[in-house]
Amino acid sequence: MTTQTAEATQSAYNFAYLDEQTKRMIRRAILKGLAVPGYQVPFASREMPMPYGWGTGGVQVSAATLTPEDCFKVIDQGADDTTNAVSIRKFFERTAQVETTTHTAEATVIQTRHRIPEEPLREDQVLVYQVPIPEPLRFLEPSEVETRKMHALEEYGLMHVKLYEDIARHGAISTAYAYPVKVEGRYVMDPSPIPKFDNPKLEMAAIQLFGAGREQRIYALPPYTQVVSLDFEDHPFDPSKAEHPCDLCGAEDSYLDEVITDDAGSRMFVCSDTDYCLARRDAGHEGAQGARG
Amino acid sequence: MYVAVKGGERAIDNAHDWLAEERRGDPAVAELSIAQIREQLALAVNRVMAEGSLYDPDLAALAIKQARGDLIEAIFLIRAYRTTLPRFGHSAPVETGAMACDRRISATFKDAPGGQVLGPTFDYTHRLLDFALEAEGLEAPQAAQATPRREPTPHITEFLDSEGLLQPDLRPEDDTPRDLTREPLELPADRPLRLQALTRGDEGFVLGMAYSTQRGYGRNHPFVGELRVGTVPVEMEIPELGFAIEIGEMTLTECETVNQFTGSKTEPPQFTRGYGLVFGHSERKAISMALVDRALRWEELGEDNVGAPAQDTEFVLYHADNIQASGFLEHIKLPHYVDFQSELELIRKLRREAQAASRKEAAE
Repeated sequence: MTTQTAEATQSAYNFAYLDEQTKRMIRRAILKGLAVPGYQVPFASREMPMPYGWGTGGVQVSAATLTPEDCFKVIDQGADDTTNAVSIRKFFERTAQVETTTHTAEATVIQTRHRIPEEPLREDQVLVYQVPIPEPLRFLEPSEVETRKMHALEEYGLMHVKLYEDIARHGAISTAYAYPVKVEGRYVMDPSPIPKFDNPKLEMAAIQLFGAGREQRIYALPPYTQVVSLDFEDHPFDPSKAEHPCDLCGAEDSYLDEVITDDAGSRMFVCSDTDYCLARRDAGHEGAQGARG
Repeated sequence: MYVAVKGGERAIDNAHDWLAEERRGDPAVAELSIAQIREQLALAVNRVMAEGSLYDPDLAALAIKQARGDLIEAIFLIRAYRTTLPRFGHSAPVETGAMACDRRISATFKDAPGGQVLGPTFDYTHRLLDFALEAEGLEAPQAAQATPRREPTPHITEFLDSEGLLQPDLRPEDDTPRDLTREPLELPADRPLRLQALTRGDEGFVLGMAYSTQRGYGRNHPFVGELRVGTVPVEMEIPELGFAIEIGEMTLTECETVNQFTGSKTEPPQFTRGYGLVFGHSERKAISMALVDRALRWEELGEDNVGAPAQDTEFVLYHADNIQASGFLEHIKLPHYVDFQSELELIRKLRREAQAASRKEAAE
C-alpha cells in the first residue's frame, strides 16, 4: 500500500479499527473473563485485516483495551523488531495513532506473542497475549463439546495422566512451552505458547488478557491471581532455560535465544527480551561477546 | 561481533513494494481492468462473493486483482472489508420460487412445469482447449434468444411434497436464525447455522466432504431433485415505510437433493432433503453443500452415526472456513524461536539423561 492510499484507508475506519459495538462485545467478554479467571469466554471474533493465527485475538483485545492516552508496546518472541511485531505495532499506529514504545516500563498496554517481559510489570499495565489454541485439553481430546464439558465438571484426570505418562516414559514432563497451569484452584488454563521458564511470572501485578481470534475465545487473569503450573510432589515443576548467561549483557536470569553464528555451527546465547538486554547493556553490563548497546 | 537482527520495518516495506511490482507483471502488457475481471472471470468473482459472504461483483473483482488471482487471498480481503461495514438491517428472505431462471434442471423428472433449461453450462462441452481464444479482438459470440417465461417456475420438490413422499421442511422454532458472522460458533449447531457455515465454506473442502459421502463414508444416495441458477429480487422492509421494497437483485444457485431414506425408529420411509444455496453461479458448491447438509442431518432423522467425517458437525464446521484454515496453517511461517529453544533444551536434557542411564547400565 502506498502512503497516499494508506491515508485514504485509515480515515475510513474507527479508532483502533473496530467499531464501537464490536469493542463493547469484546469488553463484555474481557470482563466476564476477569470475573471467572481461567475460564474461556466465547466471543464473536471478527475477521481482521491480518490472517487468523497471526495475532487476531490479541489485536482485537488490544483494540478494545486501548484508549488514545495509552502507550503501546508489541513483542513477538520477546523482541520488538520481529516482523509480525512491527506489523501489529504499525497497525495500531495507523488506526489508533497511539504512542508506541519499545521500553517495557513506559508501556501501558503490551501485546505479546510467546513471551512475558523479563522486567516485572506494574498494576497500571495490561499484558495482552496472542493465543493460537486456547484449549489446554485440545491435544488430549479434539472435540470442543467434550472439552467444555470436562472444564465444567472440573474433570482434569486426562491431563494428569498425560503428565504422568511423560514421567514414566521420559523421566520428565515433556512439555517445554504452553505448559498447563491451574488458576485459583479451579480452571486448567493454557498460558499460550510461552516457554515454561515464564510460567512463574504469570502471578503478577498487571492484568493479563488472552485473545484467541480464530478459536473465538477470550480469557483473563486479574492481578495477583494464583497460577500454579501442574506438577507432582515428587516431580516438581522446573522452569528451565539454557544454562548460560547472555553473551551480550551477561544476564543470568533471562530467557535466552540460541543463535548460530557461523558455518561451523558456533553458537551464542542472547536474551530473547531485546528491551531488557539493551537496558542492561546501557547500564554498563557486558557479556562474553557483547559490546555496550 | 553479533548484532541483534534489526530492520524488520524496512524489510516489510520493501517486500510490499516488490509485491506491488510483481502484481502488475510486465508493464508492456496491458493492465487488467476491474470490469474485465468482473465480466470475463465471472465464476472466480462468484466464488469470492460466496466465500467472502459479500455480494458485490465489483469489490470481488478488485480483490481478485489485488490478490494476483489468489482466490483465497481475495476472499480474505473481502471478509476483512465486510466485517467493518455497518449493519442497517436485513432483507426479507429471498423467494427462490420467483427466480428468473437462466438454468434449471432436474435429474428426478424427465419434464416438469418450467421445463429443463440447460442455460450457460460447461456440462456436455468437450474439454478441448479452444485455441481460437488465443486470438484477441474476436467478434463477441452471441447465442440464440427466446422469450423468457413470465410465470414463476415451481420447485420440483413441491410435486413430491404434495404426495407426502418428501419429508416436510420444518421451520425452526425461532424464526430468526443465529448469525454466524456476529456470534461465536457454539455447538450444537442447528440447521440454519450449519447451512451458513457451508455456504461460506471452502469450495474444495465442501466438495471433498460431499464426495466422501458418495464413496461410502456416510452414504445417503442423493438425486439432484432440482438445480436452478438465476436472479431473484432482494427486498427489505423499511421501518419508515412499513412495507418491503425491492433494493436490488442477485444471482443465486440453489440445489435441492432428494435422498433415499428407508425410515428410522422415529421417521417413516420417505424421501429426505439436502439443501444448497450459494451466491452467484456456483453449481459445484451448491450441490456439494446439499450433500453435506443431508449427511449432517443424521441425528434429527434418527439415522445411525457411522462415524463418517461428513456426519461430524464439529469436524465439518470447524474446518470448512478457508480463511481460518489458511491463516492458521500459514502462521507457522512466523518466528517460533522461543518455543523451539525450549524444545531444544528439553531434548538435550532428555538425551543426556538417557545416555547417562545407558552408560550406567553398560558399566554394571
